[in-house]
Amino acid sequence: MTFFLTLVFSGVGLGMIYALIALGFVIILKCSKAFNIAQGQFVMLGGYLGYTFILVFHLPAWAALLAAIAVGVVLGLLIERLALRPLIGQSVLSVIMMTIALSTVLEGVGVLIWGGIYEPYKGGFPTLTLPPAYSSYISPETLDGVILSAIVVIALMAIFRYTKVGLAMRATAEDEKVVQSVGIKVTTVYAISWVIACVLGVVSGMLLYSISGVQQTMSDIGLKAFGVILLGGVDSIGGAIIAGLIVGILENVASGYLDPLLPTGGGLASVFPFIIMIIVLIFKPHGLFGTARIERI
Amino acid sequence: MLQVNNIEVYYMGVIQVLRGVSLEVEDGKIVALLGANGGGKTTALKAISGMLKTEEGDVTNGSIVFNGQRIDKKNPEDIAALGISQVMEGRRVLGHLSVEENLLIGAYRRKDRSGVKKDLEMVFDYFPKIKTLRRRTSGYLSGGEQQMMVIGRALMASPKLMLLDEPSLGLAPLLVQEIFDITRRINIEQKVSILLVEQNVRAALGIAHHGYVMENGRIVMDGPADKLKDNEDVKEFYMGLSAIGSQKSYHEVKHYRRRKRWLA
Repeated sequence: MTFFLTLVFSGVGLGMIYALIALGFVIILKCSKAFNIAQGQFVMLGGYLGYTFILVFHLPAWAALLAAIAVGVVLGLLIERLALRPLIGQSVLSVIMMTIALSTVLEGVGVLIWGGIYEPYKGGFPTLTLPPAYSSYISPETLDGVILSAIVVIALMAIFRYTKVGLAMRATAEDEKVVQSVGIKVTTVYAISWVIACVLGVVSGMLLYSISGVQQTMSDIGLKAFGVILLGGVDSIGGAIIAGLIVGILENVASGYLDPLLPTGGGLASVFPFIIMIIVLIFKPHGLFGTARIERI
Repeated sequence: MLQVNNIEVYYMGVIQVLRGVSLEVEDGKIVALLGANGGGKTTALKAISGMLKTEEGDVTNGSIVFNGQRIDKKNPEDIAALGISQVMEGRRVLGHLSVEENLLIGAYRRKDRSGVKKDLEMVFDYFPKIKTLRRRTSGYLSGGEQQMMVIGRALMASPKLMLLDEPSLGLAPLLVQEIFDITRRINIEQKVSILLVEQNVRAALGIAHHGYVMENGRIVMDGPADKLKDNEDVKEFYMGLSAIGSQKSYHEVKHYRRRKRWLA
């Protein structure tokens, strides 16, 4: 039982990070209907930023987090202004191509600045302690991650549902012409979306760094989050969160129990969630919580 | 209030759509812009609202002046902020948003919360049906309800001038009548000027003060609505009536066909 609970709790920690990355995808999908291939690279950058600010500059965790968020904001603004604004009015495909280019460029930036080598995590996040009955199941860093990502997720949902900016973002996702005709600047809405996506990526990268260190291949996690949004329904915020948790927990439990049984001794973690995803999509093509297209005939 | 002076519009720099169009909307008036498909009516509206720029269209000649300000080079957002509110063709509801959210989007630029609240009630007053549906997902509304909601959305911006692009599209005649009646009430009670693009010539001239007829990117006829209604050419070509005013009969096979003299 202890083993199972340990697996579940660390699965929750991982799942919340998946959810954060997946939310980054969802935000961009909602406003421009394009998959942002570079989301995984945002995560990788976040990991390296966490390493730089905590281990190299010796900032306290909260200051490192704020600094990383600031970098994320600047990065988001730059990307929107330089790469995507010229593409307004062009097809979705060219936006996707642009994000592929971005992912390669950012990958290169990672190599240029940090050499792309593995940097282990050596402490720096606050070590919250649970009552002893629970503390053996979950590491303090994972707990930090769960709390932080829960805050981010709730804040994001509140912004989307209850604020004017959120309303404008949802409206832009539906029809940018209408939004323009009522006097909302779509470029501003896009800039806000890219900033949010970047910040989500950077924050989840930092959390991931606190769990497993950082290296260049961290950006591959974008692909896994891709599976998460397909499972949750590509444009649903709640769906991304729940699917993130499902994938995180399944991955941990599957690898904990089934990996020792395999002759190769492992590797199931990266496959099992996708098997579940395929099964779900067969029965629910919109994903678990995706919006069905409204069409009046 | 709005003067369009001899504008020419090109799409992508080569396709000329408007060839010197001039029209005027006076304060508090309803002006109808009529004509067959492909005449350039919608393009004229887009030139005014600035939406042309997002479609690679460009006003290359002439000027558009709104309340003394030139607007033909401005962005759609800035033009909307000046008090011009466009209802685009084909309703364009924000389908996954609720009815109330759709209406509130119209008031996005406004800062006066109490005014927005009052205007929301005003819209519900004009369209009581919408009030009962306010929490509903707007994509599932009927065509008439959607059209009402979209007019309400434009009204929420508390505009000085509303551009209505074919509000009768795809609606039953009774509903068209209802929507046009409400449009006239809005014009009188809210003192909003209206530029109305329509195919339904009879309904449009029924509420308009002045009318323009467009064909091939030109204005070929204009005059007070009452005069246009009795014009033989308008009757023949746009209302499907014979010169006498009765329904045209296609039994008389060898009838003399009027020519559109302005096309020669």
